[in-house]
Amino acid sequence: MAEPKPLPPASGHDKLMIGQSKAGVYMAHAILILGILIVAFPIYYTFVASTHSLQTILRPPLPLLPGPEFFNNYSEALFGGVGRIGGVSVATLLINTTIVAFGIAIGKIIISILSAYAIVFFRFPGRMFFFWLIFITLMLPVEVRILPTYKVMVDLGLIDTYTGLIVPLIASATATLLFRQFFLTIPGELVEAARVDGAGPWRFFKDILLPLSRTNIAALFVILFIYGWTQYLWPLLVTNRNDMNTIVIALRKMISFADADTEWHLVMVTSMLAIVPPILVVVFMQRWFVRGLVETEK
Amino acid sequence: MTPRVVFPNRILPYLLVAPQLAITLVFFYWPASQALYQSMLREDPFGLSSKFVWFANFRKVLSDPNYLNSVQVTVIFSVATAAVAMGTALLLAVMADKVVRSRGLYRTLMIWPYAVAPAIAGMLWLFLFNPSIGSLAYGLRMLGINWDPLLDGSQAMTLVVAAASWKQISYNFLFFVAGLQAIPKSLIEAAAIDGAGENKRFWTIVFPLLAPTTFFLLVVNTVYAFFDTFGIIHAVTGGGPGKATETLVYKVYNDGFVNLILGDSAAQSVILMIIVIALTAIQFRYVEKKVHYG
Repeated sequence: MAEPKPLPPASGHDKLMIGQSKAGVYMAHAILILGILIVAFPIYYTFVASTHSLQTILRPPLPLLPGPEFFNNYSEALFGGVGRIGGVSVATLLINTTIVAFGIAIGKIIISILSAYAIVFFRFPGRMFFFWLIFITLMLPVEVRILPTYKVMVDLGLIDTYTGLIVPLIASATATLLFRQFFLTIPGELVEAARVDGAGPWRFFKDILLPLSRTNIAALFVILFIYGWTQYLWPLLVTNRNDMNTIVIALRKMISFADADTEWHLVMVTSMLAIVPPILVVVFMQRWFVRGLVETEK
Repeated sequence: MTPRVVFPNRILPYLLVAPQLAITLVFFYWPASQALYQSMLREDPFGLSSKFVWFANFRKVLSDPNYLNSVQVTVIFSVATAAVAMGTALLLAVMADKVVRSRGLYRTLMIWPYAVAPAIAGMLWLFLFNPSIGSLAYGLRMLGINWDPLLDGSQAMTLVVAAASWKQISYNFLFFVAGLQAIPKSLIEAAAIDGAGENKRFWTIVFPLLAPTTFFLLVVNTVYAFFDTFGIIHAVTGGGPGKATETLVYKVYNDGFVNLILGDSAAQSVILMIIVIALTAIQFRYVEKKVHYG
């Protein structure tokens, strides 16, 4: 065999396509950097504001660099309690939001994988009817049934409970469709082999289906965690008590643009604490995140 | 679908779908049917008696100038948000497609806002542009612009559109980048050899080939602007000033939950339901099937 041809130069440098000019590529970098500055600026500036004293924030323009109050502000918000929301500490809000986000993500995955399993691997009367029942919930978001749903919550005594914050949101047409789609690609021989070897439905689910679904579950988890963390209308409806609020709702309560007594430094700290956890999830689980996004939209 | 190998169980499948079905029946179908029913009822002011009025509530809502205003606000808001978010994302994605170096880094830095709750996105922008303490508002005033989104309706609209599109750029960016990567580079190079300039290559080759992605994103962005931006409106403007930023979803919430006008609110819910059904139908029926490379 002939010597292998030398590989093209490694992709550390911009390789020009035909019709591309060097200037064009520099221009592209410049526009991207500008774009990123715009995209990142509001978040960066919030961080900067969270490290300044209230007096500094109230006298614009705010410096572009972080100030000296990082530890004071963060410990005051996290452990001291914030006056405007009834003295509840941001730590409590973070715990609530974490419980809700995990509850929603895990709950959705469990009930969707079970329904998809039933619909794909069993034949029973009403199968397609159930499938459509689940599918149609796509067309009934909370926004179109606010009041009656609220009434159900009141009747069931679910206002201001974790159950109320989580359970009504865990029905998921999207996740069910996704798992169904994936299960349909699993060859029938696999099921047959498992049955020949004496595996029952539970054994098959646990030892074969779950391990095969790992990547789908991871991808879905990232998307659903963000979904749960950023909920707004639902927690607004079903929580009254300050200590049951999620961090996003509490933040809204902390801000008043009418009067001057908004504790902006604490608002900024709370904003940071509300956006950093999901950002970390997205950035560090980027591979799953992108996959999940693309797949949940079919 | 080929006949599948299945488990011959009779009861187990019902147990498996039971949790999901229970939740959808209690929290989705029952309330939705109540909304339908209430949309045809009218209660007296004290809530003591109610009578069935067929479509009178719908006629009332659809002839209410406030509702029509809200329709107009929603359309302006959605079109502006989709245009800004998609236009910016497309520009950035095309640029990202040109570079090889640090492409991954750009992507990582670009996806942050996806993780920010819409309401918080709104609050961050309001913090920057708040007339009394916002640093960028300060900058605008230095430039001689009379900036006060808390009093001026169109400025309030600009602010919520900015916040809503800012949050959506990352999503659109990821999909446009994926769409661009699927276009064969040889096509573009061939056009370049034939002497087509950069602009011409984009508008005659790249943009038409991106049509499926663009159409898909158009539907997704419309749904986003209609429904997911409730938090932005609620947190930033509360529908004001006046009713300048009162979108349909905000109005349903405000009329039903805050002002307790049940029949009207239910009728509005049903109208929204029809809009969602239409959007979902379009999404499933046409997206990625009908728009084919042309």
